[in-house]
Amino acid sequence: MTTSISVIPAEQFDQASAWHLLNRVGYGGTPSQVRELQALGLDKAVDHLVDYAQIDVSHLPGVELDPDVMRKLTQDERKRYQTARREGNQDVLDEQRRFNLQARQADQKMMNELRRWWFDRMVATPRPAEDRLTLFWHGHFASSWRSVRDTYLMYQQHQMLRDNANGNFTDLARGIVRDPAMLKYLNNNQNNKRKPNENLARELMELFTLGVGHYTEEDIKAGARALTGYHIDDNDFIFRQGQHDATEKTILGKQGTFDGDDFVDILLRQDSCSKFVAAKLYDAFVADVGDVYENVPAENRKVIDQIAAELEKNNFEIKPVLAKLFKSQHFHSADIVGKKIKDPTQLTVGTMRNLGLPTRDRSLIEKGMGAMGQVLFEPPTVDGWDGGRSWINTSTLFVRQNLTTYLVSNKHPAKKTKKKNLNIGYDPQSWLAQTDDKSPKSVTDFMIDHLVGPHTPAARRAPAHQFVASREDGDQMTNETLVALACLITAMPEYQLC
Amino acid sequence: MCDHYHPQSCDTPGLTESGFTRRRFLGHGLGLVSAATTVPAFLMRAGDALAADTTMRLSSKPGVPDDRVLVVVQLSGGNDGLNTVIPYGQDIYYKSRPTLGIKADQVLKVDGVDGLGLHPSLAPIQEMMQGGLACAVQGVGYPNPNRSHFSSMDIWHTADASAAGQGGRGWIGTALDSLEQPTGLDCLNIGKSAPLATLGKTSRPVSFENAQLFRWAGRDLDKQVSETYDQVHDTAVDSGSEDPLAFINRTSMDAQVASDKVRKATWAKSKTKWPGGNSLGRQLEMVAKMIRAELPTRVYYVALGGFDTHANQLNNHQRLMDQFAKAMKAFYDELEATGNRSRVVSLAFSEFGRRVRQNASAGTDHGCAGPSFVFGEHVNPGILGTHPSLTELEKGDLVFNTDFRSLYTDLLQDWMKMDAKLALGQDYPSAGILRAV
Repeated sequence: MTTSISVIPAEQFDQASAWHLLNRVGYGGTPSQVRELQALGLDKAVDHLVDYAQIDVSHLPGVELDPDVMRKLTQDERKRYQTARREGNQDVLDEQRRFNLQARQADQKMMNELRRWWFDRMVATPRPAEDRLTLFWHGHFASSWRSVRDTYLMYQQHQMLRDNANGNFTDLARGIVRDPAMLKYLNNNQNNKRKPNENLARELMELFTLGVGHYTEEDIKAGARALTGYHIDDNDFIFRQGQHDATEKTILGKQGTFDGDDFVDILLRQDSCSKFVAAKLYDAFVADVGDVYENVPAENRKVIDQIAAELEKNNFEIKPVLAKLFKSQHFHSADIVGKKIKDPTQLTVGTMRNLGLPTRDRSLIEKGMGAMGQVLFEPPTVDGWDGGRSWINTSTLFVRQNLTTYLVSNKHPAKKTKKKNLNIGYDPQSWLAQTDDKSPKSVTDFMIDHLVGPHTPAARRAPAHQFVASREDGDQMTNETLVALACLITAMPEYQLC
Repeated sequence: MCDHYHPQSCDTPGLTESGFTRRRFLGHGLGLVSAATTVPAFLMRAGDALAADTTMRLSSKPGVPDDRVLVVVQLSGGNDGLNTVIPYGQDIYYKSRPTLGIKADQVLKVDGVDGLGLHPSLAPIQEMMQGGLACAVQGVGYPNPNRSHFSSMDIWHTADASAAGQGGRGWIGTALDSLEQPTGLDCLNIGKSAPLATLGKTSRPVSFENAQLFRWAGRDLDKQVSETYDQVHDTAVDSGSEDPLAFINRTSMDAQVASDKVRKATWAKSKTKWPGGNSLGRQLEMVAKMIRAELPTRVYYVALGGFDTHANQLNNHQRLMDQFAKAMKAFYDELEATGNRSRVVSLAFSEFGRRVRQNASAGTDHGCAGPSFVFGEHVNPGILGTHPSLTELEKGDLVFNTDFRSLYTDLLQDWMKMDAKLALGQDYPSAGILRAV
């Protein structure tokens, strides 16, 4: 295995490398997008993906959310309901129940809107790495709407992660201890100097910055005291001086009257922090080795150590580190290309971008995403999504195949629609604009190269070739054969990888 | 143009010499052992099962048959426990429920208990109790009750009363994580999406609303497409057992076999008559067929919704009780007719009970403790435990006296012979629902 993260020779950056880069770092793309990326050359291609700030996204639709759907009760309302509870006034209690129910329903509706907005943005954005990274941080600093139950707070967190997605890890870590959704999710609103709540302090060390084994229970207790008074007031962060424990603490050997921001700074200065973050980035973008540094195979750990050193050298700036990684010999080696399992978002958004597909019924897509195990804004635990092989089992494989088949052919998984009645909604011949040789055999390879990857061996291409040869389409494939071929290729085990 | 990326990909030889297909495997039965490195575990056992007697299956623990099945029936929405197991002997019940209270003479009596009985529509369950096949456990709940459907359901699913919404793993999934030889079909859920209870670190249920959907939908395009799909998916990739492609390929072969088995199982005709228009019955009929087909599935999960009876409860609740009771009875009748009754224990639960007092809309609001039901030949029949007090309430709600995790403990430990502590995080006292099994 090549473990060097030195840059590959510029002339080695061919169409296959551009394909790999676009699939891994972006959400795939059409053959012409692959070619455009290749034409930029290695340096500019990587910069184009990772250093995306100058790419205009003003044409993408925004999302308007009501910040007050889950508003807190006014003092009058609170008093009224308290009295009603005390006196058993059923009418007022019923009224409160209706009020709560309506708020919850409105919030659920807003979450559906937000989820769709993000999904559509991933499909349409010219800055795919921004969304890949935002999703990565969403899984890293994981909060779930399932328990936060306030869409507006989830949206604010999303924006914070998006704004810093390729920025500095320090800003992300500082941002997250002041993020209302996270403070609510990890009960820091109940963290005060009389009764410290350790939830946020623990996860901050265990899951966000250091990993198990790099701190003690005493550090958690002291860290929790540093985070006392980091509360929320409606939709905003508020530092409640009166609830904050300003006395001296010892955290990881350092002494002082630390607050939450000091606590974060101490964590970031630990040797284990850069390795911890590097392992997470490596697991997300390079190889499914798990994100626990200590458990990663030794060969891969050599690469992670180099990424960690780059992180420290760059003061935790993410962009230059990713740029270095994505230009590296390791990243472009045969041990890495085509060996990473796509998460459900990559699979879904990627299929739409690879083939330039029209939007389908979003509720069906969302149902599929749920069945595949990745609901946006609902990571299963504070540890985020497990990723890697956990995405694949006998149940999710069919969901994955049925969803890509649906996207490609508009064939509803549950309906036995006659083939001739499928309204696919686009012209599949447009896929062939990028290839001169329209002969069925050549087109089959073109499709496999583009969807599954140029590295696909001949034996695995054989069934598709036999299929096309048996169709008697003559010199050029019919729409029907093309769509069926795309369904078959996107259902291949290889298509689950990139 | 075929040298678009790599020229060598242009050859189109047939299947590799070392390639083999699923169908050939199944035909060879026990001859598969030599291919152990590339053949999925489940596939091997599928071959075994065809070639050998099913009693040859290895048991997870000495003396415990591996074919024990647990069925979980989720009654979603918060079933009104007080109108399910009814304390008709107490005046306060009728005072709290002037129009919703079920009259004493309509309540179904159960041997050995005084002042307590079943909802009139639970006659089939009364019959099962008398036949030694059912029990109701009273006042099941947990400390510091949460009255949100969502949070309380999460608590029941994760068996963790402290971290509602934050725990991503469920009690069944965690228990199944410990299986030495997972089959990919260890847990099967009938429904839109996998319940939290069934998600483990590695264990995931097979989940579908209709068995006919547990397959690749592209097969419907045409026969040629379907055959090509089989060709792609039946061929083992020879790329080393650690390779991710080999892993997906193996899982895919597992999925094809499981799909064939599941769908074939549900084509069978039931031996008994099932109640019509009964959604729980429809699900349990599918489960009964799969149990009969000897799928390697250990846990089945089904659900019946609609229990959130805030308004006009009387008729709605009666309809639900009727569905529930008829479905459970039909399920066990079918299991008996197919010789599988002794293999199956079922748990029916709801995320909470409802308020003691009825509300202004002739309904009841979210409450706390409520009864759970356990079915099977191995239960201690009747109404178990003591009824929660109707006078010593907490915020107007019944106080639990059996922790739901005690039920889980009995089911995991005594029935499935699994490590309950591993799945639940700690030891809980037995709820005494099962006889020595």
